[in-house]
Amino acid sequence: MEGNIAEIGQFLGAGLAAMGSGIAALGVGNVAGNFLAGALRNPSAAGGQTATLFIGIAFAEALGIFSFLVALLLMFAV
Amino acid sequence: MADPVATTGVLTAGDPAHAEGLSFHPMDQFMVKPLFGDYGDPVYWYTITNVTLWMALAVLCVVGLFVLGTSRRAIIPNRVQSVAELAYGFVYKMIEDVTGRDAVKFFPYVFTLFLFILFANFLALIPSSFSPTSHIAVTGLLALAVFLTVTIVGFVKNGASFLGLFWVTSAPLAIRPVLAVIELISYFVRPVSHSIRLAGNLTAGHAVLKVFAGFAQVAAISPLAVLGVTAIYGLEVLVAFIQAYVFTILTCVYLKDALHPNH
Repeated sequence: MEGNIAEIGQFLGAGLAAMGSGIAALGVGNVAGNFLAGALRNPSAAGGQTATLFIGIAFAEALGIFSFLVALLLMFAV
Repeated sequence: MADPVATTGVLTAGDPAHAEGLSFHPMDQFMVKPLFGDYGDPVYWYTITNVTLWMALAVLCVVGLFVLGTSRRAIIPNRVQSVAELAYGFVYKMIEDVTGRDAVKFFPYVFTLFLFILFANFLALIPSSFSPTSHIAVTGLLALAVFLTVTIVGFVKNGASFLGLFWVTSAPLAIRPVLAVIELISYFVRPVSHSIRLAGNLTAGHAVLKVFAGFAQVAAISPLAVLGVTAIYGLEVLVAFIQAYVFTILTCVYLKDALHPNH
């Protein structure tokens, strides 16, 4: 398989950018885990905070999605 | 054309015409094609494409659910009416809790957004269908509409004091200009992240489904791949709902900023 240096860089960059999605997963896990820890201490207050939980997850996840988007752009648009 | 070598299970990017790994490319499912005519025909703004078809189907499903659900108006609801009432109550409670009672006049808009995204996401899970919400052109327009609504409502309701949103009075005076710049940037990034979150999640999920479906061609791991597709499909049903929920609740949060910019 022949390839030029630009293609190597493209694939390497896409792989590196995809790492960002995995790191964002740490953030999402952190949000959900802390919510669960708090919810188990005070279960009666947990029900009202699910909206906050999803907003927090959404903000944490958006940045991971950005890096996924960069990977997609490198693979298919560059 | 050589036969696609379907035994290696290696994904190759780029032109699907010379696929060396899978016989189909995981990103092929997102291609916009004219509904009538051949693939590769030019697409104009009035061309009826598969995006148009699946968005129209989503709208038809929403209309069908609510026309059927509200036609009887029975005291003891049947199944369709129960679903319609459940959806109505769910979004009504969401906007009441997050935005406040005075925001209930935006309920029809928020409810429409939620139902359209929800049904577009769910219809996209039908095998060999198309997911319009995986296109930033679609979600970007939805997010831009929310952004314009929030900005216009904010200025109409509060006048110039809407700009107090960027002037954080609870912070020390010295760092307020810095915060104002950051707040301004984050305000204008909102429609970008709002749209890309939905489109990116849907794109990623459907691409993963296709990649696992491609692994099923490799005889040695095909039972595992079928199990994987099943599990990921279940996850995608959850994601389809949660992304519609997240889009709606963020709309509510942004509306809260427009209606009460000072807290």
